[in-house]
Amino acid sequence: MSIIRRSLTSLLIALACLVSVPAMAQEDPGKALLVNLAEAPSSRVEEAINAIVDSGDERARGWLEAYGNNRLSRIKDTGQVVLVLNNRGRDWEIADPLTGENLGEMSRRELDRVAINNAIRGKLEGIMAMLDLNAADPDVREASARDMMGKVDAALVAPLEARLEKEESAAVRDRIEAALAIYRVEQGDIEAVEVLAGSLHPRARAALNNAAASDNSQLAEAANKALASIEQKLKINKAAETLYFGLSMGSVLVLAAIGLAITFGVMGVINMAHGELIMLGAYTTWGVQQLLPGQPGLALLLSIPAGFLVAAIAGIIIERSVIQHLKGRPLETLLATFGISLILQQLVRTVISPQNRTVVTPEWMSGSVVINDALSLTLNRLYVMAFALIVFAALMMIMRRTRLGLDVRAVTQNRAMARSMGIKATKVDILTFALGSGVAGLAGVALSQLTNVGPNLGQNYIIDSFMVVVFGGVGNLWGTLIAGLSLGTINQLLEPWAGAVLAKIIVLVFIILFIQKRPKGLFPQKGRAAEN
Amino acid sequence: MATSTTWLLRPLQERSTQLFLGILTAALAVVTLLHLAMPEDSALHVSAYTVTLLGKYLCYALLAVAVDLVWGYLGILSLGHGAFFALGGYAMGMYLMRQIGDRGTYGDPILPDFMVFLNWDSLPWYWHGFDMAWFAFAMVLLVPGALAFVFGYLAFRSRVTGVYLSIITQALTFALMLAFFRNEMGFGGNNGLTDFRDILGFNLRTDATRLGLFIATGVALAIGYVICRGIVTSKLGRVSVACRDAEARTRFLGYRVERVQLFVFVVSAMLAGVAGALYVPQVGIINPSEFSPLFSIEVVVWVALGGRATLYGAVIGALLVNYAKTVFTGVMPDAWLFALGGLFVLVTVFLPKGIAGLLQKRRKAPEKDRSNPREATA
Repeated sequence: MSIIRRSLTSLLIALACLVSVPAMAQEDPGKALLVNLAEAPSSRVEEAINAIVDSGDERARGWLEAYGNNRLSRIKDTGQVVLVLNNRGRDWEIADPLTGENLGEMSRRELDRVAINNAIRGKLEGIMAMLDLNAADPDVREASARDMMGKVDAALVAPLEARLEKEESAAVRDRIEAALAIYRVEQGDIEAVEVLAGSLHPRARAALNNAAASDNSQLAEAANKALASIEQKLKINKAAETLYFGLSMGSVLVLAAIGLAITFGVMGVINMAHGELIMLGAYTTWGVQQLLPGQPGLALLLSIPAGFLVAAIAGIIIERSVIQHLKGRPLETLLATFGISLILQQLVRTVISPQNRTVVTPEWMSGSVVINDALSLTLNRLYVMAFALIVFAALMMIMRRTRLGLDVRAVTQNRAMARSMGIKATKVDILTFALGSGVAGLAGVALSQLTNVGPNLGQNYIIDSFMVVVFGGVGNLWGTLIAGLSLGTINQLLEPWAGAVLAKIIVLVFIILFIQKRPKGLFPQKGRAAEN
Repeated sequence: MATSTTWLLRPLQERSTQLFLGILTAALAVVTLLHLAMPEDSALHVSAYTVTLLGKYLCYALLAVAVDLVWGYLGILSLGHGAFFALGGYAMGMYLMRQIGDRGTYGDPILPDFMVFLNWDSLPWYWHGFDMAWFAFAMVLLVPGALAFVFGYLAFRSRVTGVYLSIITQALTFALMLAFFRNEMGFGGNNGLTDFRDILGFNLRTDATRLGLFIATGVALAIGYVICRGIVTSKLGRVSVACRDAEARTRFLGYRVERVQLFVFVVSAMLAGVAGALYVPQVGIINPSEFSPLFSIEVVVWVALGGRATLYGAVIGALLVNYAKTVFTGVMPDAWLFALGGLFVLVTVFLPKGIAGLLQKRRKAPEKDRSNPREATA
């Protein structure tokens, strides 16, 4: 019996060889590597992993990651190694690790997880980081080097140094040097402290803090010095960040207030529904995005003219139906337009929804510009800032360089005289109000990228906008710009020690007191325009 | 000082004031009678709920009278009178809080519940004294009066008028609202003050106390009306109307415009404070939403609807709008803001003199263009 069995076994082996050898010639080498890993006894797993790494296979990282996450399994029947995409429930969704092809679902009983122990898992992280460090994409290399900071051990020093030799990207080099320096500082190397002094990364600071507390007085002294210099840099960065947020908030205020500077400042019409015109602009953005699903970028660009038009038309309707009847009665205008603002708010609540609507931020507007480890500027705010400046410049051009601007200035300075010179004052009124309202709509388009779009959106900005216009000096566009930016910055400067609400209150009180001192604002109008 | 009482007595000889006081007294008497004498199942019975509701309306009416005094007779459109109303309310609320004593949820004899909840170990300094009724009632007048004095002193001295002043008053109440929303302020934050038990020893939850508060509010409204009437019929009142219609000219005639403005503004703020103080025990709660700019501007539209510079118009407007609000918010809550917004537009465009203007037209005794607004662009 035993002879028969042995011969049968050898026959089978021979057969298997016959079948598999020609097949192996075309077969993916990755398959063997994975099977090797799956079958390796725990003492040889590391060898199997190294084999995968050394193969230089592009898919190696994905495999190892899956392995580390317990997502590598073998089908019991065939011995095929598969990726588990979803291991919830009884049936697991699996895929071919070689081609990425989805193999559908399979009962978890038919699958055998490729085991991993904690010792290996710990090393796997470093191995994967090394894989990333050798990736073709410099961004991946930098991220990986950043991850390694503080995690370098003796085994990683040599490969890191080797990488440093051939690394071309300066950013990646800096990261690798910092990562190595952290290790060396931990080992008591004083010279490495110098390297860390240039890094703003928290892990570099942590390493220096440890060094500063060490028994080695020389090392501690050097570390303290480096920490002081880092602290200095952090302060500068913090200040830059505050300034950035302040200017960003300020540009929002400018956007919200600049339309008001036209209608209130230039025309002298108190439009309490200005905030709701902003809201209309924001809802227009939402609406255009609903019409163009899947193309948030295009929708956003289209909603710039659309938001302007919607708000401008709403403005014309308000002007024709109400405001023109209340000429020369500013307090009544204030009340009537406040009523309009209530109606518009409720209209949105009834027609659309009382709930907030989310406006999608297009890809090119999300994310941030990373300046260094302590400072990154969010892109959407940068865009809004630029947008505010463009709108401001455009309005300035219109008021200074166009016929409409000339007419507006003439009508506001002396209505009767302007009319006798042949200017159609009523038409100018309508156009000016439409312009101011349209700009409010533009503000809404921009705001939709920063805050939630809801019925109360405008209400939150109306008082601030009036404050900006009054603070800057009524009828002065430059004043509005300066006032908006400075109020935003002051608010942000106060916030860290006063809290958001108190900062707002302080700014309001400040403006109230300021108006006492200079009732005409920062930049009072001079000359003939100031007469009325 | 002999004149100090005559200015108060003079309005009592006027036909219009007598009529107003007569109607008010009759209304109070009728409600009281119907509440007490009618059996509960009778159609004519006025429930305790209605009595409190009417009391609330009367508080609003007093607030509207206060606003009309500054807007109608001084030309100052205050969009922040809700702040004085709320401050008076908070002063009363603090008194009522201290009256709870150890009957609160946490049973602390000194600290109100919300302070225990926030782990405060002692009463903030500004809460001391509010356990005494006389002190609290004095504060009802003094706190709004002091705020109005400081604010008015700064504003009128630098001649801030017209729309600017309106916007700043709105900013004032907005800032106070934000401040009172903070827990650290020590006024109960978002939730405000509530859970009151009794006032001056009377249980707030009994019908008798509610009726008493209703009558007290009616009396306060009558007194407030007479005070305002006294002011506007005095020489001070005539100067104040002059300030409204031609501020610069009044100044050139030698009157200290800012003093007149300051005095009237402070009186008005105190009246608003009293209205708030009477409002709180009847409603049973005071929270920062009373500071909201919307409320203050709503008050203005009551006055506008009733008719500026008439005082009784303010009362009519307040009662009408609030009755409408109660009905609307009960039947179709969504439509209320449409109605209110529409009211703002319609009144300002089509009814600049309000309901009182309609009444006057019918009586064919037009007072010479009293409610004509001052050119605020000046």
